[in-house]
Amino acid sequence: MNLLPYTLYLSFAGALLALAVGHRSAAGARVVALLTALAAWGLTLAAAFDFKPAPEWVTLVDVPWIPQLGIHYHLAADGISLTLVVLTGLAATAGVLFSWNIEERVGEFFAFYLALIGGVYGVFLSADAFLFFVFYEIAIVPKYFLIANWGSTHRQYGAMKLALYSFAGSALVLAGLLWIYAGGQASGFGLDELTQAAASLDRGGQLTVFALIFTGFAVLAGMFPFHTWAPTGHVAAPTGASMLLAGVVMKLGAYGCLRVAMPLIPAGLAFWQPVIAALAVTGILYAGLVALVQDDFKFVIGYSSVSHMGFVLLGLAAANPVAVSGAVLQMFSHGAIAGLLFAVVGRMVYERTHTRQLGELEKLPLHRLMPFAAVVFVVAGLASMGMPGFSGFPAELTLLIGTWQFSPLFAVCGAFGVLIAAAFTLRAIQIAFFGQAAAWVPCAGGDAGAGQAGTGDSADAPAHAYAPLTWPEKTGALLLLAAIVLIGLKPDLLLNWIVPSLQSPALRAIWGGAQ
Amino acid sequence: MNGLLTTLILTPWFGALLLACNPRLSPRVSRWLALGFSLSTLGLAAMAWIGFQPTFSGYQLVEQHAWIAWLNVSYHLGLDGMSLSLVALTGVIAPTALLASWKIDRDPRLFGLLFLILQGAALGVFLALDFFPWFLFWELSLVPAYFLIKLWGGPGASRAAYQFVVYTIGGSAFMLLGFAALFAKTGTFDFVALAALAKSGVLAAQLGQPVSMAIFIGVLLGLAVKVPLFPFHTWLPSAYAEAPTGASMFLTGIMSKMGVYGFFRILWPIFPEQLQAAAPVLTGLALAGVVLGAFAALAQTDLKRMVAYSSINHVSYCLLALFAVAGAGVYPTHTEAAQAALSGALLQMVNHGLSASALFFCVGILEARSGGRRGLHDFGGVRTSAPIFAGLCGVALFSSLGLPGLNGFVGEFLVFRGVFGLAPWAAVVGCLGLFATAYFLLTFLQRVFHGPQGPGVAAFRDLSALEIVTLVPSAVLMLVLGVWPQCLVSLTNPLVTSWAARLP
Repeated sequence: MNLLPYTLYLSFAGALLALAVGHRSAAGARVVALLTALAAWGLTLAAAFDFKPAPEWVTLVDVPWIPQLGIHYHLAADGISLTLVVLTGLAATAGVLFSWNIEERVGEFFAFYLALIGGVYGVFLSADAFLFFVFYEIAIVPKYFLIANWGSTHRQYGAMKLALYSFAGSALVLAGLLWIYAGGQASGFGLDELTQAAASLDRGGQLTVFALIFTGFAVLAGMFPFHTWAPTGHVAAPTGASMLLAGVVMKLGAYGCLRVAMPLIPAGLAFWQPVIAALAVTGILYAGLVALVQDDFKFVIGYSSVSHMGFVLLGLAAANPVAVSGAVLQMFSHGAIAGLLFAVVGRMVYERTHTRQLGELEKLPLHRLMPFAAVVFVVAGLASMGMPGFSGFPAELTLLIGTWQFSPLFAVCGAFGVLIAAAFTLRAIQIAFFGQAAAWVPCAGGDAGAGQAGTGDSADAPAHAYAPLTWPEKTGALLLLAAIVLIGLKPDLLLNWIVPSLQSPALRAIWGGAQ
Repeated sequence: MNGLLTTLILTPWFGALLLACNPRLSPRVSRWLALGFSLSTLGLAAMAWIGFQPTFSGYQLVEQHAWIAWLNVSYHLGLDGMSLSLVALTGVIAPTALLASWKIDRDPRLFGLLFLILQGAALGVFLALDFFPWFLFWELSLVPAYFLIKLWGGPGASRAAYQFVVYTIGGSAFMLLGFAALFAKTGTFDFVALAALAKSGVLAAQLGQPVSMAIFIGVLLGLAVKVPLFPFHTWLPSAYAEAPTGASMFLTGIMSKMGVYGFFRILWPIFPEQLQAAAPVLTGLALAGVVLGAFAALAQTDLKRMVAYSSINHVSYCLLALFAVAGAGVYPTHTEAAQAALSGALLQMVNHGLSASALFFCVGILEARSGGRRGLHDFGGVRTSAPIFAGLCGVALFSSLGLPGLNGFVGEFLVFRGVFGLAPWAAVVGCLGLFATAYFLLTFLQRVFHGPQGPGVAAFRDLSALEIVTLVPSAVLMLVLGVWPQCLVSLTNPLVTSWAARLP
């Protein structure tokens, strides 16, 4: 466990090193980035091995930072943060592999990339609200540069929108934290100290502060109606950054809600619970319906991310141990699945076909031209629609159980969300990869000449025009697939960490405070 | 015999894995591999049958291992008479359907791979006793079915496949929610434990009347779409008609039975009171399936759609029997009728599987011979140019029609005998369906096989050896089960007796 802080030191050091190496050799910068990501992921797995599931936080580092304000450099971990740092390691490694083809200013790209990862690790390990906030900001800034410099469609717009939404969100969080600190006469920014201070606020103050902090974090989690940055940001971002954005950055918001907003002011949660649940359900259904009519392949995935994060928020709003365990499981699951979907759409397909319009992809017999990508997308799509055997299913099942305990009505809406997810995912699979299924000429075994594929219009696109998939793409896809299937078949691996943590004193206050 | 059931499920999947890992297999080897792994079910089912204790009504060969502690999920498999007869049916239908697909030259490796996944998933549905693994198999079966329809189907296959999957997942989503709600209250997903809770009345007390009705409706939706129960059947005609012959055979033979099986295994034991309360309505829906399915078939000129609609009609008999029994309540005079109806329903599942898949194969043969035509009026006089075909297809038609001496008669007779004792009006209305079925099946026989030869029919070859091998086992079973139904009835008898005895 004591190795965990090194994940963030390693990532920041790797960022500097990549920047230095990148001036001389692009290949060197890639290798540095990959080794850094792998090493950090290795550290998280090593920590996971000697993790003893327990309700209490394990303090990793605790030194005074700004004593006058009671701010500590306090890193700690429990089963929930462990789950998310393991996810971060996985997503970061896969993201580097899918960024292998970046050619411009490679050193800078990976420097921003690793700084972002470092910030994310920092957020998941912080036990001091101020420190949490600092890392949270560190994670947002590189995001902007990654999109604005290396992005594609409307990158300036997407990057700016994302940055503005994020900063507006953090401003709300900061205002809320300062209100508690000042209004409640807190002795410091430790989460425990702030909790005590918050309890001394009057009821109106508590409700307002909760609304500020929760909304601030929920913006980054893509809560309706503050979700609009997410699809545009995802679409504009380069593939590796989309993977991080959907895979871990949106989780920062949800993690902030769970770790900071909810335990600080359980009374606020109890009051706002129905509103949050209603917004979450609206997001699930609305984003799902929007995804159903998108013409841009990447927008389908972007909106599906919003819809799936709605399930996380719904689980948090339900505020009981079962629902929250489902929400954390869904965070992990969506991190891996969304990363994989973006990898297929952004890297495997777009970089070869140079179009993301479903109408144009439909004319290509993609399932013959890139069968590996088709299989990966089908499996990831199935996982995304909650097919049993993949990680999305235990998460959704747990969420539905917990939500039902909270309110059957919201659970019914959630079930409609599952149905819509199946419809839009299937539509994307069908149009993008199997639009020309009928043009599939008979072939001998699996080794038919790819040149035979397609007739009529599609014959214009000779099969050999597409570069074969490279090893980083295949490795990255297989890594994520393995995680999705492993957790789908054995969710206990994560639940054994998550469940004991749900009995920590901070979270027990929530179960007591909410209905 | 330890782990026999797991072996049953995993052997086809292992075959699929083997096919998946060897992309360069020649079509010939792929076909034989797929067939071999598909046949494993027949062999393993025979082993299970030999070791089966027919007098014992509980689950046999049970396997149970803890799986997910937080959700109290266990990997729980078990076999009783009903599962065994359906597993054996799968063992017969699946290799037959693969043989029927022998001539497919569009990537036979992938076809075999998907087919084996489908077969394993179907077996899992018939054997799993915990919702988590059961639902895994249930949902997973959709994926290969979707691709089999989509990639090898007719011109409208894309739409049909999409509709099929979205309808089914729509139903499943509510079933999933229902079980989530059940778990929220009871803390278990185990069918056996839930049934025990229901029997002791604890479940009803824990859930309360309105909630248990809502959960019941959710689970009902999931199963009703799959069977399908009228009015949730609209996906079926196009899915069955667009699917390639082999897939249609499996869809109608096995997949529709998954839904019926769910009604008997899950819905009835866990929600006996709700089923009793809803029985009048559901009996009406099942009757609508029986009657309207038959009349819709009567109106078809596309033979494949005709057989598809007749499937709705035949499967509805099984449900009609169940609903009549569940709705009747307990009177001593009813026990015998209930036993007859239930035995009939279980027999009917197997009978319909045999006859409907054989009919789909026969329509497939007509299509292959005529270059894709399958209209009712496209043929005529086929009997003179293909007498063996006419004979075997006639057996399937008469079995489907319920001619005494063939298997269909026994099942339908028992169903009607039982339903007449429990809900006479339903039996009377259902007779309309029998009448229409006889009419359209005889029309099929008449128009296709008799009369003056249609254009091109004179050149029809009779059945090839491969086709005879495909069709004969089903035809033989139809005869055997027609004259000796006891071999199946004895399997399910203790089960039926215990069901009839525990009526609410």
